Amino acid sequence: MPAIQVHGLRKAFAELDVLRGVDLEVARGSVFALLGSNGAGKTTIVKILSTLLKADEGAVRVNGFDVAAQAADVRKSISLTGQFAAVDEILTGREHLVLMARLRHLREPGRIADELLERFGLTRAGARRVATYSGGMRRRLDIAMSLIGDPPIIFLDEPTTGLDPQGRLEVWQAVKALAERGTTVLLTTQYLDEAEQLADRIAILHDGRIVVNGTLAELRQLLPPAEVEYVEKQPTLEDVFLAIVGAAR
Amino acid sequence: MTTHWFADTAVLTGRSLRHITRSLDTILTTVITPIAIMVMFVYVFGGAIDTGSVSYVDYMLPGVLLITIASGISYTAVRLFADMTGGLFERFQSMPIARSGVLWAHVLTSLVANVLSLVVVVLVALLMGFRSDAGVAAWLAVAGILLLFTLALTWLAVIPGLTAKSVDGASAFAYPLIFLPFVSSAFAPTDTMPAAVRAFAEHQPATSIVNTIRDLFAGQPVGGDVWVALAWCAGLLVVAFGLAVLIYRRKLA
Ligand SMILES: Nc1ncnc2c1ncn2[C@@H]1O[C@H](COP(=O)(O)OP(=O)(O)OP(=O)(O)O)[C@@H](O)[C@H]1O
Ligand SMILES: [Mg+2]
Repeated sequence: MPAIQVHGLRKAFAELDVLRGVDLEVARGSVFALLGSNGAGKTTIVKILSTLLKADEGAVRVNGFDVAAQAADVRKSISLTGQFAAVDEILTGREHLVLMARLRHLREPGRIADELLERFGLTRAGARRVATYSGGMRRRLDIAMSLIGDPPIIFLDEPTTGLDPQGRLEVWQAVKALAERGTTVLLTTQYLDEAEQLADRIAILHDGRIVVNGTLAELRQLLPPAEVEYVEKQPTLEDVFLAIVGAAR
Repeated sequence: MTTHWFADTAVLTGRSLRHITRSLDTILTTVITPIAIMVMFVYVFGGAIDTGSVSYVDYMLPGVLLITIASGISYTAVRLFADMTGGLFERFQSMPIARSGVLWAHVLTSLVANVLSLVVVVLVALLMGFRSDAGVAAWLAVAGILLLFTLALTWLAVIPGLTAKSVDGASAFAYPLIFLPFVSSAFAPTDTMPAAVRAFAEHQPATSIVNTIRDLFAGQPVGGDVWVALAWCAGLLVVAFGLAVLIYRRKLA
């Protein structure tokens, strides 16, 4: 059974038809990247998958549970790192992690917090209030919070937006480590190289539908093969993306 | 409802309480207005108001306590608003925890913050000469009424906290509540007011609550006002709670 199954998903905000029949499946233990321009509806999909928004139509199952009818079971299976760091300025980094561990009813929340601080290079900042953190530190803390309790499925909504190259690499490493452990990761991104680097499969959301869905190699085949210029050049994912999205416009 | 309701709510309340204990400025800004009002009325206007044999600070304290609560709950709305817009709320809602606990944590935090503010204002009043003949039972009754009033206004504050579009919007709803005691028996006897004002003053909730607390502080038996006061508080609580829960459910849908 796939970790995530979405069929004929529709969602409109008043007049705005954002999702107009989205179909996708994410295999267990894989990293799936959802690409799309600003306003394409990536966050909307993530919110529906994480039971924060109700779909207008369609069948959506996460870890085999229906997001509408079995929302509580879905929440036990997932963890969400939203597009904007969900942190509390007043609390310290360590307190955030302890809070999450307590809410997941884990033993030794303090030890769990210290381990994660270490893993994300936040040990020295752990006792400081988050108000003093940089954007990258917040983002790392935010992701660390999502790992607590080892949920089988993790959603990362634009995890590296606003990070410097070093911060991006750290997040990428964290995602790769998750994949090695067998966690299913659905991430959204605007960065095509990020999808190339991390994802087993890539889907492009455009005009309310998934217009392409495949491995990087499959996506490359959608374009005419390597153009011969002075040197031979494989089309990058960026070429594929722009060709498809540009054509659809 | 999950089996972890109490545990989750306690953890969330602990987190929310840190906003009070770490930045005492919300308590300070809550009590500064009531204390300023108290100073103005006792030392400036109070002498001109005829309250019979009762000292003016004793006369006005119940009204000042209501003002304290009204200004305190605007922070409840602001704290809730900050969570709603800051993404933390969504994170909690996507976790396997009791969803209503997120709201209750704010409500319990509001009660604690208001109790702290009320204690500060009463202590300042004592310094300014407030004296009470109330026994233990009467003090408990005062505490009970104030707590019920705080709970009712807190649930009222949850509504703008959930629905406001800006921080200012979230806190602005409290202003009319802060002014309500001024048009009541809190600062001057109602019998010198013009007929229309007097009719309003005598039939709005602040008057019955103020009269009840004043009697309790004076160590006198409370009149029928106590039932009117309790009815107002309970009625407001039921309506505000119902509306807040309805809006909360909608938000989650
Ligand atoms: N609660 C809402 N009410 C009304 N419109 C909304 C709401 N949430 C999202 N939208 C609209 O739906 C569209 C899709 O939004 P969404 O946030 O899903 O896009 P996105 O792909 O995540 O974009 P970005 O890359 O900018 O994060 C946008 O046009 C947005 O304005
Ligand atoms: Mg988005």
